[in-house]
Formats: sequence, structure tokens, C-alpha cells
Amino acid sequence: MGFGPYLLLATLEGLVMAAVLALTALGLSLVFGVMRVVNVAHGEFFMLGAVLAWAVSNAVGGHPAIGFLAALVVAPLAVGAVALASERLVLRRLNYNPEATIVATIGLLYILQQVALTFYGADARPVVAPFNVRLQLPWFGYSAYKLSVIGFSLLLLGLTWFVLTRTKIGLIMRATQYDRETATAFGIAVDKVYAGVFVAGAMLAAIGAVLVVPIRQAHYLMGHDPLLLSFIVVIIGGLGSLRGTMVAALLVGLSDGILSVFFSPTLAKIVATTAVALVLVFRPQGLFGTAQR
Amino acid sequence: MADALAMDKVDAGYGGVQVLRGFSMDLRAGEVLCLLGRNGAGKTTALKTIMGLVRPTAGTVRLGAVELSALPAHEVPKAGVAYVPQGRRLFAELSVAENVEIGLNARKKGNDVRESVLDLFPILRERWRQRSGTLSGGEQQMLAMARALCLEPSVLLLDEPTEGLMPSMIARIRETVASLKARGVSTILVEQRVDAVLSVADRVAFVENGRNRETVEVSRLRDEPGLVKRYVGVG
Ligand SMILES: Nc1ncnc2c1ncn2[C@@H]1O[C@H](COP(=O)(O)OP(=O)(O)OP(=O)(O)O)[C@@H](O)[C@H]1O
Ligand SMILES: [Mg+2]
Repeated sequence: MGFGPYLLLATLEGLVMAAVLALTALGLSLVFGVMRVVNVAHGEFFMLGAVLAWAVSNAVGGHPAIGFLAALVVAPLAVGAVALASERLVLRRLNYNPEATIVATIGLLYILQQVALTFYGADARPVVAPFNVRLQLPWFGYSAYKLSVIGFSLLLLGLTWFVLTRTKIGLIMRATQYDRETATAFGIAVDKVYAGVFVAGAMLAAIGAVLVVPIRQAHYLMGHDPLLLSFIVVIIGGLGSLRGTMVAALLVGLSDGILSVFFSPTLAKIVATTAVALVLVFRPQGLFGTAQR
Repeated sequence: MADALAMDKVDAGYGGVQVLRGFSMDLRAGEVLCLLGRNGAGKTTALKTIMGLVRPTAGTVRLGAVELSALPAHEVPKAGVAYVPQGRRLFAELSVAENVEIGLNARKKGNDVRESVLDLFPILRERWRQRSGTLSGGEQQMLAMARALCLEPSVLLLDEPTEGLMPSMIARIRETVASLKARGVSTILVEQRVDAVLSVADRVAFVENGRNRETVEVSRLRDEPGLVKRYVGVG
């Protein structure tokens, strides 16, 4: 294969990576942006989504597409329920205190991991893709499923953007983000907004995970990488900035995909973390963030 | 006249710090009551306690028959109390339109209310899509008032609405308060300077050290300028 096709392949891989990463990072960014809570357990919501996707698709049986679609509906809802319980039982009781919630979500991380280990086990298990079509390009064949992941993710990102910027719910979320006290004085039930945002953030990660399990297997430790990369994306893009998160996810996903194909995944991570260091030094508010008041 | 709103022996503060100490106050229906007091006297804290943003540790806040202090904070505006905070506290990143929308949303008011509020502050129509943080100080204050009036409140709380404004703007605000009074809105107006309120207030409550020392008719204030000097320090 010549360099050109090889680069195209790497770019496609990077785009798939970016698509899933964007969903996951958007969840983390949303939670931090609106609630000012750093959710260290965010990667575990991702893991839980993947593990549940395996469980659901296995339980349903029949054509792979049926199992996958069931997983795409059930897994995010189940993860959302876990997130809601965590929010009510833990975060709310800590009054969303920034430091306390970091410690608490570290605890949540281990709890979710151990629960997955206990009930799911230490094996990595695949989920069969809903359809198995290869698009034959002039130079190589490429999985149509992977392309559909990019499409679906774009759709979901667009939907999130629409909700945030064009609907009343989005307006209420943004008002809460900017000034919790004044929002309350205008009848906004801040704790309900927080619960909704936390659940939505977890569900975005879970959806990303369901999309990824036909490509990578489900494993109880798979939450680490998405958490790290989501943090990288959120820091580069600017905490709480939707546009920044999407652009940074694209940059990090592409560079990760391309560098992984041409060199090694380790180099990709080195480049990404170096970028974070540079951003933190030269533009702490991120590429698209606004400086804190 | 019936009380629109009453605070009865309220204790309140922040964390361990008590600010209000047995604070009592009654706002009569349809009147403009002015809270006067030095910096740090507890005027803003009193308004925040009415809004439920600061929870009383003792005492009650009532709106007619409704005990506001028993409601969650976000229910207070729905009961008909609107708040114009000190320093305006606009959602600076949001547009003028979006700030107004937040106000309308509090009590699910429609376009008719929006239009009648904007008729009071027509300049806001010209700034409709502008980010509210980029408005001039006077425009920001008008937006803060408009946002609150979108609730069609029965009680309006204004915390130093004239702070940092030029005299013509101050006069505009005063006219607005007077016209709201004519429509039956009861208003609590927090001010530092007595001359800003004399023409519009019915009564003045002197706040000192977290207490309401004395509530007097404005007419008495004209006869006894010493009162103001005693509580506020300047005439
Ligand atoms: N969020 C807070 N946390 C702790 N203490 C506070 C807080 N807000 C106000 N205080 C304190 O409460 C006291 C009363 O403050 P408050 O804002 O009610 O005064 P004020 O009468 O409105 O003064 P000003 O005229 O300067 O606005 C002050 O001593 C202030 O330092
Ligand atoms: Mg004040």
C-alpha cells in the first residue's frame, strides 16, 4: 500500500476514534461545565456501557443487529440509572463540593470496577457488529460499521448541540452553569438540572462504549483510556466549552489514530499529553474556553 | 392595609456567621418600602433570605398566607416574588433575549407579558441579540428589571438598582418603580442614599447590624432629618 492510501486508512481510523472520544469527552465536559464536578468515575460509566452491551446483546440472541440495537437502548438507560443513583446518594449529599466530589468519584470508580469484575469477570469479550459489510475502496476494504459509528456520533453531537443552544432545556442548563444562585431566583430547580446533566453525561459515555464494543472488546478495565483521553480533550478544548470539546476531540482522535497507525499508540499518548501540558502553560482556559471570572 | 410580605424575627447568615439577628419587617400591599443602611448592615442578606437563597435558622418569611421560608428556593419566584440582585447578576454570556426568556420561564409567562415589559424598556428590543455582558451599565440594569418583571410579580425586590448609574438613569428607574406601584406591585427597594428614595418610597426601614431598627413613614423623615443621620451616617 502506498503512502496516500495508508494515510487515508489512518485518518479513517482516527475519525472513528475521534467520534467515540467526542461523545465520551462531551459527557465529561458537560458535567464539569454545568456542575463544576470533576467526575473521575466517568470512564467507568463508559466501561459499564460496554459490559452491559455485551450482556444485553448476549441475552437477546438472534440476528446480531437485534442484540446490538437492544444494547444501544438498554445499556445507556441502565448506566443513566446508575448515574442517577450516584448523583442522588453521593454528589448531592456532598453539596457538589469540588474537592469532596473528586474523592467520592474515585471511590465510585473502584466500586464500579469491582462490581464489573465480580459479575462480568476479567475476560475481554466481543460484541458482534450489527452488520458486516466491507466497503471496497480502490486501495483497501473498510468496515461500513466503523463509518456508521462516525455518522451516528456526528448525529448525536449535533443533537446535543441543538439541545444546548436551541431549546429551553439547554437555556436552563446554561443559565445554571453561569450562575447557580440567580438561576434559583428565577425558578430553576438547580438540583434537578444537575441530576439531568449528570445522567446525560454518563449516557453519552455509555453510548460511545456501545458503539465501540464491536470494534474493541468489552473489559472491566477499559474505562482508563477514555477517562484520560476525555480529560485531555476537555482541557485542550476548554472546560465546559461544547465547541472546544468537539474540536479537541477531533484533533486528539485524529492524531491518536494517525500516530498509532504510523508509529505506535504510546507515541500518540505522549503527543496528546504534551499538548495538554503546552495548553496548560500557554492557554490554561483551553482553546475555546473563556477565562474564569 | 394587608401585609404583602412579612419577615418575623428572622435569624440568618452564611455558614457559621450570623448576619440577620431577629430581623422583622412587613411590606404592605401596594407600597414601596425602602431598606436603608450602611455597607454590611445586612440588606442584601435580608433580600436573599426572602428569596430562600439564604435559609433562616429561626423565624419565618410569609407572603400573604404562604410561608416562603418553608418552600425550596426555586418555588419562591413561582409564588410571585421577583428579584433584581445587587450588581444585576445578568447571565452575561447569554443574550438579552435569553435573559428575558429565563424571566418568562419562571412563571411560564407568554409573549404578551414579554411585549408589555419591553414596552417599558424599548432599548432592549434594539439590543435583542446582543450578549448581555456587553450592554452598558444602564442597559444592564434595565435588563435586570425587565427579567424580573417578566414574572408579573406581586412583590418586587430591588437591591441598589441605582448603583453606579448616572442621574438620568436613576430617574428612569424611579419612574419605573412609581409606575409599578400604580399597578399594585409591592416593592422593597434597597438603597444607600436617602435622596434616591424620598420621592418614591412610602416608608423607610433602617437596617443596622442585622436588625430592622425602626420603620418610619417618609413624611416623618422629612420632618426629622436626624433619623437618617443616626442610622446611615449621612444626611
Ligand atoms: N456569601 C457570604 N459569605 C459570608 N459572609 C457574607 C456573604 N455575603 C455577605 N456576607 C457578610 O454579611 C454581612 C452583611 O452583608 P450584606 O451583603 O447583607 O450587606 P448589605 O447591607 O447588603 O451591604 P452593601 O450596602 O454593601 O451591599 C457582611 O458583613 C458581609 O461580609
Ligand atoms: Mg447589599
